[in-house]
Amino acid sequence: MIEFTMPSLGADMEDGTLVEWRVKYGDFVKRGDIIADVDTQKGLIEIEVFDEGTIAELIVKEGENVPVGTVMANIIPVGEKVSVKKKSRIKKEPIKQIVNKGSIKIDDQLKISPLAKKIAKEKGIDLSTIKGSGPEGSIVKKDIDLAVVMKVESHVEVTGGKKEIAVKGLRAAIATAMSKSNREIPHFYLETRIDMSKALDWLRESNRQRELKDRLLSVVLLIKATAKAIKEVPSVNAFWENGLQLKDSINIGFAVSLRQGGVVIPAIPEADNKSLNQLMDLLNDLIPRARALQLRSSELSESTITVSNIGEGSTDKVFGVIYPPQVAILGFGNIVEEAWAEDGELSTRPVVHVTLAADHRAIDGYLGSRFLMALKKNLQKPEAL
Amino acid sequence: MTDKTTLKITYREALKRGIHEALINSDKVFLMGEDVGRYGGAFAVSKGFLEEFGEDRIMDVPLSESGFVGAGIGAALAGMRPIVEVMTVNFSLLALDQIINNASTLLHMSGGQINVPVVIRMNSGIGNQLAAQHSHSWEPFYAHIPGLKIVSAGTHEDARGMLSTALESPDPVVIFEYTSLLNMESEIPSGSGAVDLDKAKVRREGKDLSIITYGPGVYKALAAAEILASSRIDVEIIDLRVLNPIDNETIINSIAKTHKALIVEEAWRSVSISSEIISRIMENAFFSLDAPVERLCGIEVPIPYPKHLEDASIPQKQDIVDSVLKMIRYD
Repeated sequence: MIEFTMPSLGADMEDGTLVEWRVKYGDFVKRGDIIADVDTQKGLIEIEVFDEGTIAELIVKEGENVPVGTVMANIIPVGEKVSVKKKSRIKKEPIKQIVNKGSIKIDDQLKISPLAKKIAKEKGIDLSTIKGSGPEGSIVKKDIDLAVVMKVESHVEVTGGKKEIAVKGLRAAIATAMSKSNREIPHFYLETRIDMSKALDWLRESNRQRELKDRLLSVVLLIKATAKAIKEVPSVNAFWENGLQLKDSINIGFAVSLRQGGVVIPAIPEADNKSLNQLMDLLNDLIPRARALQLRSSELSESTITVSNIGEGSTDKVFGVIYPPQVAILGFGNIVEEAWAEDGELSTRPVVHVTLAADHRAIDGYLGSRFLMALKKNLQKPEAL
Repeated sequence: MTDKTTLKITYREALKRGIHEALINSDKVFLMGEDVGRYGGAFAVSKGFLEEFGEDRIMDVPLSESGFVGAGIGAALAGMRPIVEVMTVNFSLLALDQIINNASTLLHMSGGQINVPVVIRMNSGIGNQLAAQHSHSWEPFYAHIPGLKIVSAGTHEDARGMLSTALESPDPVVIFEYTSLLNMESEIPSGSGAVDLDKAKVRREGKDLSIITYGPGVYKALAAAEILASSRIDVEIIDLRVLNPIDNETIINSIAKTHKALIVEEAWRSVSISSEIISRIMENAFFSLDAPVERLCGIEVPIPYPKHLEDASIPQKQDIVDSVLKMIRYD
């Protein structure tokens, strides 16, 4: 049994309040899964687990404040057989098994559902490379589906000592699109710095009046400001397919990177007509589904412009490669404190570096610049977003 | 069936309307059973019928299951369309000789010359603390017998409509009705009438897991589905309805979609309807399965009298929710 304790998130942290369990009794968790939200002096923190196993008991109740080091939950590690204390009445009569130990070696058998086995055979998936997520660690359909999509299959053909690796699935799709983009699209780049102090002040104030679950992240301000800027400079919202085709709907593709590698871009349809709350709800729905590769096809094909938000704790700038047939990709770097000169005085401000990569067949520098300036202006009036 | 308005009635009232309609529609139809006349039925299903239809058509019989079920079979052989009510399925065991050795076999033994168009209705399952004398579920036993059509009215719609179709069958039909549902209210279309006695029905469509059930399991599963829906788990619910012959197609189609199945029944676990369903899934849908099939059944004890033990002896809504969560959370 593994004890999951209230973590210390810095030397100055003494205790934390459990706001919400993200898991239930009986859930399977693995390293990196977020299992709880804890409120600390540093704000609401998502708590990750570093072990793999099944939740056997949730000890601390939601709303409870406990010191660092308090056991919050018990986890049964994978492979360990512990009789779980049953909270709810799930009937399971003991089954008398007559197993001839001499002839049946159950432990050595690969556990896989009949459906998963069938699909694996059809798709030519090597089962020895897959870790099962089903009952008793068995391989189930979902594991195979993921393997099919994510697979970088190494068909190692030894011809003259050369190894050829055939790239498949999502990786191959990204490779094709990005190669086409760099081959065909004459990219040009613009960059500007935006002072985020007003936007972040407004956000802090707005979040103070919100329930925890309704709180906004700065990214929704960036998306909404982008959508409004597109309204002012609609030429960036277009496809280049046999000439320029302006798009009426502003469907912002939001790049989501996957833990396993790769990126998917679900669309936020008609982002200009959505409130910040609606955008937040949409992202909360889209991002986990994107990570689980459970997007609807329409969500993957509708976007008319892409936003890449590199996110907190990351690099300061991101220069994108346009996703064809779109004509622009906007890159937001990490928001960082920087020296800022204004009115002859030097101070520090939270700053975001924004880059625009644009298709020079469709747009010129002047238009691109106007677009970034509109974005900058919008972020100075967060209350109007 | 074109009427769009609905009617809120109890399960008892639905049964009553079905019998009333049958008595009106054909002179050959009559009702016989213990206390069906003067007492109005042990569960008040035939209250007022004696006054309306008279002693020839609403017939009180002595406490002699073997005798009166045999008489009903005889009447069917003579060209009548009897509805034989056996108060509870527990007492029907006394009439098994008549039901099996006569009703179910005569067509075969006469070389196809003699049909036995008898309809036998009985109450099954737990009531409200009616103890082991009155609370058992014998559906699996009856479904084992070839030559009988066994149907289970798990909804108000079927309580209302199964009898009418059963009376059209040239061969014996046993209808299982449920004591625990009698006072339960539900809405049915006000034009409700005859229902088919061939197919299982999908009572709720879903994509994550198939719950296969019958009888009181249907409403419990529907209630569990509502709870599960709040966790974004979308279960499909199949009401078997016909326990012999079982409709394989509906089950297989559902599992082809959901890849997971949970069987829910009140009858005892071993050698039960669920045993049969699981066998059929293995025979016909093995390569569609993404998880071991599971089941919730009655605990293998005589049904206890105390309320808390009675509740614990059969699957409840929360048990269904727990089992589904356990099966799904591995995803």
